[in-house]
Amino acid sequence: MDLNLKKYLNEPVEAAPLAVFRIMFGLMMFLSIVRFWSYGWIGKLYIDPEFFFSYYGFEWVRPLGVYTYLLFAVCGLSAILVALGYKYRWAIGIFFLSFTYIELMDKTTYLNHYYFISALSFLMFFLPANAYFSLDALRNKNARYQHVSAWTINSIKLLLAIVYFYAGLAKLNSDWMLEALPLKIWLPAKFSIPLLGNWVHQEWLAYAFSWGGAVYDLAIPFLLFYRRTRIVAFALVIFFHVVTRILFPIGMFPYIMIVSALIFFDASLHKWILSILSRLLKIGKEHFNNGKIWSHSPILSTKLTKGILILFFGFQLLFPFRNTLYPGELFWTEEGYRFSWRVMLMEKSGYAQFKVVDGETGRWFYVDNTDFLTPFQEKQMAFQPDFILEYAHHLKQHYEKEGFRDIEIYVESQVALNGRLSKPFIDPKVDLTKQMDSFKHKSWILPFTDDIKGI
Amino acid sequence: MRHFLGLVIVLVVLWGCSSDNGTTMSDDVDPGPPAQGFERRPMLVNWADNIIIPGYEAFTDELNKLQSAFDDFKQDSNEANLVAFRTAWLDAYLVWQRVDMFEIGPAENVGLRLNINIYPVDFAKVEEHVASGDYDLTLSSNRDTKGFPALDYLINGLGDSDADIVSKYNELASKDNYIAYVEAVLADMQQLSSTVLSDWKEGYRDTFVNNDGSSSTASVDRFVNDYIFYFEKFLRAGKMGIPLGVFSGTPIPENVEAYHKGDVSKQLFLEGLEAVQDFFNGRHFASSTIGEGLASYLDTLNALKEGEDLNRIINDQFDAARESVNGLGTFRTEIEDNTPPTTMLQAYDEVQRAVPLLKVDMVSAMSISIDFVDADGD
Repeated sequence: MDLNLKKYLNEPVEAAPLAVFRIMFGLMMFLSIVRFWSYGWIGKLYIDPEFFFSYYGFEWVRPLGVYTYLLFAVCGLSAILVALGYKYRWAIGIFFLSFTYIELMDKTTYLNHYYFISALSFLMFFLPANAYFSLDALRNKNARYQHVSAWTINSIKLLLAIVYFYAGLAKLNSDWMLEALPLKIWLPAKFSIPLLGNWVHQEWLAYAFSWGGAVYDLAIPFLLFYRRTRIVAFALVIFFHVVTRILFPIGMFPYIMIVSALIFFDASLHKWILSILSRLLKIGKEHFNNGKIWSHSPILSTKLTKGILILFFGFQLLFPFRNTLYPGELFWTEEGYRFSWRVMLMEKSGYAQFKVVDGETGRWFYVDNTDFLTPFQEKQMAFQPDFILEYAHHLKQHYEKEGFRDIEIYVESQVALNGRLSKPFIDPKVDLTKQMDSFKHKSWILPFTDDIKGI
Repeated sequence: MRHFLGLVIVLVVLWGCSSDNGTTMSDDVDPGPPAQGFERRPMLVNWADNIIIPGYEAFTDELNKLQSAFDDFKQDSNEANLVAFRTAWLDAYLVWQRVDMFEIGPAENVGLRLNINIYPVDFAKVEEHVASGDYDLTLSSNRDTKGFPALDYLINGLGDSDADIVSKYNELASKDNYIAYVEAVLADMQQLSSTVLSDWKEGYRDTFVNNDGSSSTASVDRFVNDYIFYFEKFLRAGKMGIPLGVFSGTPIPENVEAYHKGDVSKQLFLEGLEAVQDFFNGRHFASSTIGEGLASYLDTLNALKEGEDLNRIINDQFDAARESVNGLGTFRTEIEDNTPPTTMLQAYDEVQRAVPLLKVDMVSAMSISIDFVDADGD
């Protein structure tokens, strides 16, 4: 066992897989930024709205007005530098910071995929991904290594494995497995998709996709680990992500995952990829094949790196289970739902009407949410308690400025979850201005009237 | 173990391929009740051919009748002709409630609702226009000086009695100007509505019906959004909520629809509610025939999902709302005579209860996203 572990950590292995991963990752990220920009989403999501939903503790992270474009430019540029492996450690550091800043600006846009990118780029900061086939290595002979320690590649595999496996665990609930929900709701609306469109009304398809998805997520890390099943596993990765891409609007993510899965392959594949690249770019790959072995980062001490990465993976393994510390149904309260690889598990939507009461005069009125929120923000707000609370506090501030005193704010809300009839969501008798956000359980969420079994 | 794993993989891959080229799978899996997919196209055809286009036809007819009633009044501006003109105005206004919700395509292009029924009317500005004879009704700044609300003022609001009103149309100093203004308002309404009707008939009908997919820009997705938007903003808020003061804290009775007539705003609301419910059920225009609609769509989905009978729940809520509003006096007296207007607020709540049913339950069942947001999902 001890020997095995050492093998996975310290054995020198070819650096080529890491180099290919770096190049692909940088290019994918650059494309993502360009795509995001070209769709006009920067303006639409980060400049047009007048209010932004903050993560607890990150209220200071706000969009930068017109400079938000600059932020995206920095992020995109650093992604290119990552791909080139030019001043890699700076580039990946700046990429991590700028990307994460962007994601923290408004939690309306939260996606597990974005969190995955943040986590991965954080990890990559500690990896010698520029040791091989990079501008850094080309320019500086001393920074050139043909081999790296195995842990640098295995840590990426581990992170990918956690993402898949935890996403699979999250699917082991009665709605997903026994009712084929929410796929049973989503699939029939996809009738206009070629080929598959003819079967989307069939109940068995929803079950097949639900069970197939769960088995896929749980098994794929292992199938990719084993050399014998790797090729088939990779075919499955492509099949799975292409199907999800056809069915759902999930942007670049499927491609990122397909490309990332290449890291599981032997170095020979990556060397072959790099030799094609070097022929195209007319770079002699042999420059890099110096037989040298990278030992540790010249900037951070080995001990510090080790400590940080143990903490990082400890966090990744434990944090997704924090929902067990809260009472109530996770899908309903969403306490501990985010940052846990719970992907596509719910068809949830809501309606929230806020009542503002002037405590002095007793005068009351309803708020027109469109005065404050974009349609996207309103949609996300209506079924997530922390959004509802934050918005209520924003309303209080707004109406205080307008001269109202002793403001009380109540919400009448209905939420529908996975095809169940909509039910009251937040206690309408609770004055939200008196409630503060925290990591504690929000007692003013009304109980869920059904039972969803599972993780 | 490895062989077993390999076998599983081969099977899964085989399944992956077979599902692309045949229905072989259905033999291996309990097929259950034959779940039939809902075809969106017949629903769109029903909407276009049996509800929307006949609705616009009826509306332009009513406007023609309104025009001839006005022509009579113009010939001889007496009280009897004023009463007939007023009746024609109300008839047209009621049919308007039937087509108001179809603000998509041609109607959206010309901004039909904004041009035909922005209230309250700015009657001071109307008087300025009448006095000066210098106005351009196509300007967006003049939207609150035309359409049904302007006619409301010109037919009902110029004096306390019919005799007073008629006298305005007979006084030498003002009569030509008033007649010319009414003429211009009617011409504007007719021109806009006939454009919308002909656009539907010549081209847009096919565009609408052929866009029968399920993307967020498909006809069903877009129209359902418009439909719910109408219910929430114009029926619920415009006709009841805003005059009741639920968004401002103080009642604003002068914001009821047809304020100058005073006693028809409830009738107009009920017609609008009826139109919303009939559309939901796919009922043909001015007929008892029921075609494909949101109700039958929900029934089909429900058969698949074994969920709640949303069709019945939504219809029940519409009925409850109608009953509640029916029990009220005219909106204007309810608001003006009661502080706070408790019974009307209760009726408003009953109307309000339909909003989450449509906006949350119905669209969620149909997997239609509200206010299409073109951002990525998880």
